[in-house]
Amino acid sequence: MRYIPHTNEEIQAMLKSVGLRSVEELFSSIPESLLLQKPLKLPPPLDEQTLLGQLESIAARNHTLPMNRSFLGGGVYRHYIPSTVSDLIRRSEFLTPYTPYQPEIAQGTLQLMFEFQTMVSEIYGMEVANSSLYDGSTALSEAILMAIRIGKNRKTVLLPESIHPEYTQVAKTILKSFDEHFVTLPITKEGTIERSSLNDYLNPDLACCVIPYPNFFGIVEDVRDIVEKIHQAGGLVIFSVTEPLSLGLFESPGALGADIVCGEGQSLGLSPSFGGPFAGFFATKQTFLRQMPGRLCGMTTDNKGKPGFVLTLSTREQHIRREKATSNICTNQALCATQITLYLTLLGKEGFKKLAQLNWQRTEYAKQKLSAIPGVTLPFPTSTTFNEFVIQLPKNADVVLKDLRIKNFDGGISLDHWYPNLDNAVLVNVTEWNGKEDMDAFANALKGSIQ
Amino acid sequence: MSTPGTTGLVLEEGLSFAQSVKGRIGYSLPPSGVPENDPTAKLPKTLLRKTPATLPEISEVDTVRHFVRLSQQNYCKDVGLFPLGSCTMKYNPRITEEVSKIPGFANAHPLAMPEATQGSLQLIHELQQYLAEISGMDFVTCWPSAGSHGELTGMLMVRAYQTSKGNPRKKVIIPDSAHGTNPASAAICQYEVVTISSNKDGILTAEAVAGVMDEEVAALMVTNPNTLGIFEENIQEICDVVHKKGGLVYCDGANLNALLGIVKLGDAGVDLLHFNLHKTFSTPHGGGGPGAGPVGIKKKLEPFLPNPVIVKENSVYKLENRPQSIGRMKAYFGNFGMLVRAYTYIREFGPEGLRKISEMAVLNANYIRKALMGTYHLAYSRPSLHESVFSDKLQKDHGIKTLDIAKRLMDFGYHPPTIYFPLIVHGSLMIEPTESEPKDSLDQFIEAMKLIAKECEEKPDFVKAAPHTTFRGRLDEVKAAKELKLRWNP
Ligand SMILES: Cc1ncc(COP(=O)(O)O)c(C=O)c1O
Repeated sequence: MRYIPHTNEEIQAMLKSVGLRSVEELFSSIPESLLLQKPLKLPPPLDEQTLLGQLESIAARNHTLPMNRSFLGGGVYRHYIPSTVSDLIRRSEFLTPYTPYQPEIAQGTLQLMFEFQTMVSEIYGMEVANSSLYDGSTALSEAILMAIRIGKNRKTVLLPESIHPEYTQVAKTILKSFDEHFVTLPITKEGTIERSSLNDYLNPDLACCVIPYPNFFGIVEDVRDIVEKIHQAGGLVIFSVTEPLSLGLFESPGALGADIVCGEGQSLGLSPSFGGPFAGFFATKQTFLRQMPGRLCGMTTDNKGKPGFVLTLSTREQHIRREKATSNICTNQALCATQITLYLTLLGKEGFKKLAQLNWQRTEYAKQKLSAIPGVTLPFPTSTTFNEFVIQLPKNADVVLKDLRIKNFDGGISLDHWYPNLDNAVLVNVTEWNGKEDMDAFANALKGSIQ
Repeated sequence: MSTPGTTGLVLEEGLSFAQSVKGRIGYSLPPSGVPENDPTAKLPKTLLRKTPATLPEISEVDTVRHFVRLSQQNYCKDVGLFPLGSCTMKYNPRITEEVSKIPGFANAHPLAMPEATQGSLQLIHELQQYLAEISGMDFVTCWPSAGSHGELTGMLMVRAYQTSKGNPRKKVIIPDSAHGTNPASAAICQYEVVTISSNKDGILTAEAVAGVMDEEVAALMVTNPNTLGIFEENIQEICDVVHKKGGLVYCDGANLNALLGIVKLGDAGVDLLHFNLHKTFSTPHGGGGPGAGPVGIKKKLEPFLPNPVIVKENSVYKLENRPQSIGRMKAYFGNFGMLVRAYTYIREFGPEGLRKISEMAVLNANYIRKALMGTYHLAYSRPSLHESVFSDKLQKDHGIKTLDIAKRLMDFGYHPPTIYFPLIVHGSLMIEPTESEPKDSLDQFIEAMKLIAKECEEKPDFVKAAPHTTFRGRLDEVKAAKELKLRWNP
């Protein structure tokens, strides 16, 4: 039992000092009827070597293709993670402290939270950001809850069909009691928000409108007109960003008039890891600061006047305001936020821009290459996209994707079950992992699979 | 005046932004490899970003030093005792980190076809079964991201269950000793929180619950062992009282470290329970997360489990969406990387090992409790399990508060215990050593605590000015809240 240090002699000595004769007596406060008489029915213990082997064989049941042979996106992106990131994040001093409630011995974590808050604010073009929420989907729910709090008597929540479908599902679960106030906004033939559908809701009941940016189809649209209409009606505009790298190239939500911006941070240095742990980004305007959920780190000084950092504004939080708190969040995603901070520090101002451009360039190539295949079309041909786009196949998408898998390609995500109107549509993602040869080989394979 | 690099270990480290030098790079990007295609020429100007995000421009070597220096300013479990009660900081085995990095897990894409991710689904499915066995529940869902997310999941299931019986009901009963997330989670589900008091022994009685229990109460939310480290010994009678009026019992299982292989709370009548995998089954807390908060339920709540549900059919794992489900709690599949670590932890210990964890966690806690009794005021006299709560009552006469004791502990090289929680103990100090601490480490901590008690009598002003030897002195939290500075400005 290598993680339990006690020797038998020590156990006896300790029992003696607490005045007990046996280990069982430690549990004398538990009613006897509840004490287990038999061991748990669990597999027997394993030594490290055997254990590692077993876990490796379970992992081998995942048929994970090399990154460059995969074209899967949909809110989880395969970007290259520099070795510096993977190495430094494993330092004990990052992995094994708790929430920095005692700032004098947690300045490292706190300063990184402060740097993270700055980076998120900068990327989003917003005034203030928190130090992370669970992920992009739950952050959207928090954003809607926040907008409803700010709007007091306003209840209508506008959700375009082009939001990540699982994000919408999560919002509907968490905001069950507001369910009847959720309005789905339809999309145009170009995959953008249908503007005329807004008009019916520009009234004093409008709490907020959510804008996916880029949307689930990878489309980036100019939404200044929508923002203006929502603001005129007194509602708030929430931007939901699943691929923050897009903001290296496209205008920031802040510059477009966002009131709240939330989203996923995974693409900035975290591995896909079957969907988690990731980190939720969340930012807003200074005026709404006290309504913002999540932990905040603030700069201050110590008793000798030296600069330092502490958790602050905790009077919004659950441990002080209990049922009146801005949110129930306690544990957040600090380690993932640190990893993202590391990644962004390396990438820096120029790298962030250049990587975004690279992703765009390669994706444009893939778009052209795939849509040139006879039978393959682009359902939204004139839309601007970031590193993701939709293609339409002449055959059932699932059948084609299965065939591509046999050829060692993860060809994309079938959209049929989320968007029945988009027959045989596939969402294809391209990142810096997919070089020209990979894209060419993929196009060839696809050509074969649709025949 | 010393300059960096000339006085031994340098801990001073400015903000990365302030170190930025135009043109310095820490990245390496591949060439595009595709025909030249300039986005700034091709894309509509209105869509392009005008002001780039001001990220630091520093080299790789400076980045490495920045992070390493900052890391050295942190106290962490791997350097010593981290006796945070309720938060449960135990040793993180290295193997759990290792397995989470196996490419088959780390690179698995959540939207790949289920046939390509059978390994991940198998691991989650098995972990759900292990947790069900450990807690005595019928089913477990691994989707929630943290304890409080589990509470929310549970409360939504309570609501769905009560609605299916004809009335969602209005109230949730929560004891005054509860963690703040409990009332906050109930409130998000639009429940009105009814607070009840623990008795003088620090536990709930069936009579107190009966006093507020009626047909509008959807559930009682109770922590067991509670936040005083005491077993709620009336739990069975309490469950009966709640069930008789059609209510459900939700158990906050954040303190399960005391009960592994000792008690299954499901046997006591609990209907829903959440686990804090990052505490009980040791996953890195990373300075505040990530966590994982699976929820266990009894059979009658099964139809309401969050979607998707993993089912096993002839050794193939499938995803099922159920019509009465509360819906999806998070995109994709929970904090999978944390599930891998917890799974590994459970497999290494096995059934006897898990029991041993609780035995030693409780022994360690009682050892400290016994040794410090009399030196510090013990808030409750009931026997305690994995943690015990003291207060500053005996030190107050010298003008010393709990905060001062906590800060002084840092000078002795310890992370302080949890302070000012639970709220029902004035000036509380909640100590939880966990099973991973050797006796020597406990003895040294006890000695430090005793020395501090003595200092409180002999040189109180010195204690009040602590910490003295840390990288930063006492930080001004009032100033931080008054003169808000939440980001660096260019
Ligand atoms: C008793 C108790 N309940 C609930 C929670 C909330 O868990 P989490 O922080 O993972 O959301 C905690 C810990 O913070 C706790 O100690």
